Amino acid sequence: MEKILNREEGKLLADRIAKEANVALDECYQCGKCSAGCPMANSYDLMPRQIVHLMHLGDMDTVMKSKTIWLCASCHTCVERCPHDIDIPTLIEKSRMEAQKRGISAQRNVRLFNDIFMETVRGFGKSQEVILEGAYNVTSGRLLQDMANVPQMLKKDIVRPELNSVQDKEDIRRIMKECEEGGAVK
Amino acid sequence: MKQYAYYPGCSMDSTAVTYKKSFEYIASKIGLVMKEIPDWNCCGSTAAHTKNEKMAYALSARNIAIAEEELPGLDIVTPCASCYSRLKYASYVGKNDEAKRQEIEEVLRRSFKAEAEVLNFLDLFEDPEIQEAIKEKLHRNLEGLNVACYYGCLMSRPREITGETDPENPMKMDEIIELTGAKAIAWDYKTECCGASHQVDAPEHARELIDRIFRNAQANGADVIVTACPLCNMNLDMREAEINKNFGRKYNIPVFQFTELIAIAMGASAADCGIHQHFFPAFDVINEVVKTGAKKAAAEAKAEAKKDPLKDGPIVVGKAGR
Repeated sequence: MEKILNREEGKLLADRIAKEANVALDECYQCGKCSAGCPMANSYDLMPRQIVHLMHLGDMDTVMKSKTIWLCASCHTCVERCPHDIDIPTLIEKSRMEAQKRGISAQRNVRLFNDIFMETVRGFGKSQEVILEGAYNVTSGRLLQDMANVPQMLKKDIVRPELNSVQDKEDIRRIMKECEEGGAVK
Repeated sequence: MKQYAYYPGCSMDSTAVTYKKSFEYIASKIGLVMKEIPDWNCCGSTAAHTKNEKMAYALSARNIAIAEEELPGLDIVTPCASCYSRLKYASYVGKNDEAKRQEIEEVLRRSFKAEAEVLNFLDLFEDPEIQEAIKEKLHRNLEGLNVACYYGCLMSRPREITGETDPENPMKMDEIIELTGAKAIAWDYKTECCGASHQVDAPEHARELIDRIFRNAQANGADVIVTACPLCNMNLDMREAEINKNFGRKYNIPVFQFTELIAIAMGASAADCGIHQHFFPAFDVINEVVKTGAKKAAAEAKAEAKKDPLKDGPIVVGKAGR
């Protein structure tokens, strides 16, 4: 795959992310507690400790192209156990935002799900589980996913066809739009 | 009884039907006053903070700001672990970072003081006054039921947000569930992640997380698992049968919201707390415990009546001191 960032640009970006996350990358001594305790580690192409190491080296190119930054479930087990309190979930989250800005996503469906979720919030002010699952299935091509549960959900009155929404939808849309235009919190 | 500003969150009006019913049952029995925050909106959950930090804070802060304006002085309570985490993050940032608080206020076009406390349901039920009120209304004893209390991630982590002193072994839910007479077992997967939305967008990677939680609960002798979150509950309850089929397991561990067990101990019927609305059959195990408890209580009452000298006829001097 083509390089998105060279080492120098990568170093600048990694340092900025680390600063925003209040992390000193050179404090990581690679003990690996983060990676040993991570529930999603089986599915990663980079272990959490490798993310920290690569960022320290300035190789944001590899970090941003990884599946790991999309599969992290933000459970915070790593930072809870880190002897240096290195906030890996925030490093990953910010790397994911940077990847997204550059149009990279090694787990397309995770990005898709988040996009649809936010569009239901933009549309109704509240998340709509039924529309979310339906729209996700259609756009991801996984048409039948979880559909086996639908008859039971309807029969047992677990979900209903009516939608819940806020009254002041314009307020939610305006807030979302201004945040998108304004960028990150300083 | 106490009053709270209530932020139900989106799932409470759809998939979290058993959570809603059982909580409303308890609230009505002990006279808890929950004032729903007017025109509340989605907290943004994981999706918002994945995409845009400011949006994540602003969407959650809008609810806090409305509560502070319309329901002044009340703590905000929310049943969902994710809503709790997002609201608490917004509150934390508002309290600790004046520049960010102002920026959030600006985009909200509302006053955001970040003074209201954000509580989850475990914080709520931990309150001594509420526990006393529940104890007074207990009609059943769930003795003999081994319960694995599943907290998931966001109730306890990160600790600077939640204030949890032991994020690897929280005990709030264990203490609450033992009010019912059931036993909260010690187990290892209390705070392991259920996979959250990855059960939808990356199921091939996330299903094994659920398998591991059931496996550890079973290994430690759990009859049931209880949760305190709509999504944790759905991920476990809705997918247990599928895990059994696809992983070749034979788990038979129904999953409840912790409020369901409390409601049952307070005398709720199956319909009152939605036990028939689970995905994985949950009625039998509870029915068995309730029946055994009732038999035992009846036998004890009978034995007690026999001991009572007044019922034995004339007062016997030797027993009068009892």
